[in-house]
Amino acid sequence: MATISTARDERELTESLFARRPLTFDRSLKRNRINRLCTGIAGLFALTAVLPLFLVILYVLLQGGRLISFSMFTELPPPPGLDGGGIGNAILGTMLVTLIASLIAVPIGVGGGIYLTEYSQRGWFAKFVSFGNDVLAGVPSIICGVFVYGIVVATRIFFDQSYSAMAGGIALATLMLPTVIKTTDEGLKLVPQELRWGAYGVGASKFVTVMRITLPAAFTPIATGVVLGIARAAGETAPLIFTALFSPFWPEGVFNPIATMSVLIFNFAIMPYEAQNELAWAASFVLVMMILVANLLARWIASFSRA
Amino acid sequence: MTAAVPPIASDDAFTLRRRPPSDKLVDIGFRQLTLCLASVVAIALLGIFIVVLRGSQDAIQAFGLRFLTTSAWDPVNDQYGALIAIYGTLVSSLLALLIAVPLGVGTAIFITEDLVPTFVRNAVGLMVELLAAIPSVVLGLWAIFVMEPAIRPALNLLHGLLGWSPLFDTVPRGPGMAPAILILVVMILPIITAISRDALNQVPVELRQGAYGVGTTRWGAITSVILPAAVSAITGGVMLALGRAMGETMAVTMIIGNALNFSFSLLAPGNTIAAMLANQFGEASGIQVSALMYAALVLMVLTFLVNVLAQWLVRRLSLRY
Repeated sequence: MATISTARDERELTESLFARRPLTFDRSLKRNRINRLCTGIAGLFALTAVLPLFLVILYVLLQGGRLISFSMFTELPPPPGLDGGGIGNAILGTMLVTLIASLIAVPIGVGGGIYLTEYSQRGWFAKFVSFGNDVLAGVPSIICGVFVYGIVVATRIFFDQSYSAMAGGIALATLMLPTVIKTTDEGLKLVPQELRWGAYGVGASKFVTVMRITLPAAFTPIATGVVLGIARAAGETAPLIFTALFSPFWPEGVFNPIATMSVLIFNFAIMPYEAQNELAWAASFVLVMMILVANLLARWIASFSRA
Repeated sequence: MTAAVPPIASDDAFTLRRRPPSDKLVDIGFRQLTLCLASVVAIALLGIFIVVLRGSQDAIQAFGLRFLTTSAWDPVNDQYGALIAIYGTLVSSLLALLIAVPLGVGTAIFITEDLVPTFVRNAVGLMVELLAAIPSVVLGLWAIFVMEPAIRPALNLLHGLLGWSPLFDTVPRGPGMAPAILILVVMILPIITAISRDALNQVPVELRQGAYGVGTTRWGAITSVILPAAVSAITGGVMLALGRAMGETMAVTMIIGNALNFSFSLLAPGNTIAAMLANQFGEASGIQVSALMYAALVLMVLTFLVNVLAQWLVRRLSLRY
């Protein structure tokens, strides 16, 4: 009697565990409903993350784009309270300051990256440099401005000049440097070791190997990083506020205060005059366009390495 | 005495050339040059510390640690305390992080986990990257003229509902802490998304296969296998974003209101260390410069700690897999 019931219990248990259910996807199951709900939430989050970009670009295009005219590129900003004018000096100034920064940061960064990958034995010094590089990348940009203020502006080392385009360029270079070193280091690490062995095998010296083989092989990632670094530097404002300062006139050499688009946006956005606010929108349009083009350029360069 | 056989080696192409001594000089010189260039990083970093530390000496002597706990900022009587700015820096960056982390990690899951067709994923990924490229000052401009007026009704509603609590007890009038936090969210979202995406992509495919093999749903795999595997790298990314949020200057400066009076309220104008530096450094003189340098030192120490912690977390993950 007992054995029979046990056998029946067992059969029931087996049936409930291995019940024959259809193996098709059942939308109404709890786990599937939760799955759909979570996917929906993630999609909503992604939408929320992308929304600001749409709104910002839309407004910059609408507000700034309608103000773009030839005179915008050739004229000086008007004195506060007057209409008209352009942002010619700021466009020129941004280019000049970014150029100075690149001329300083790119050689130093590429050289430092070469040292890290090609020469250092990853000893304490190399570790310290790459750690310092990461720390430098995390230093707030305004602190870089304070630093350059302390060593260039306050000390007046350039012909007794205080605020200058040069000081602004140095401040931006401090910001670009970590990016350039990092991308050079990572780019060179990707170069196959066999290429170097091949070069040494035919009797090339280390210098020739680096210059003719390794650097050209890593050109694409380095160039991508440099372009992105330049684009970022062009939009930086905080370190320029008290190094390059601002000037309502055309650039007067690299040892004088200079106008830049980013500082112009900052200064003119908080002015209570319509004309100045409009110039700020126009400058935003030009700046955002330049940065988007630089980003597309970087993508285009990067696409070569995949081909 | 027979006719001399011309030596084969006379053909230049086959001669073993002795390397000229200049080659070695070039080699050594180039090595030294790159060494010097690499040291520039170390010099710059130490230089920043020395400049800020030396610049803040006067203020440290004059105010000591009282600087961190008082909120007087009075250039006329040369009394300085950075409490408003320190409170603003911490509150704005932490609250921004609180909002940005779910959004950023959710977006990262959305673009790594095969939930939608590839072109949607690529489009969202590209857009988040472009968002990171928009200059802070442009976001600030947008925040002043577009975002702040648009969200003011919502903030007013918040004030109406929660006005009894000290966090919402002021009427929102233009710039303030709340819009600054929202613009910070926009600025740190791309960092969190990018780092979370990399972390999720690095999770070994065998882990996913194992999870799907025992019959879990996609979200079961994400929440109980993939996210735990990626959590320390994501935490590292979140810390990096926190460092960025604390140092973020332009957009915050333009929208936070640069308050001179202390207020707990998120709807009132506030201040951050970075905003204070941006606003006052150019026109400061005397001990005010030193006080600002002191504030910069505080900001630098805060971001330094956060960044080192972040790197430690990121490095720990790369060891595990």
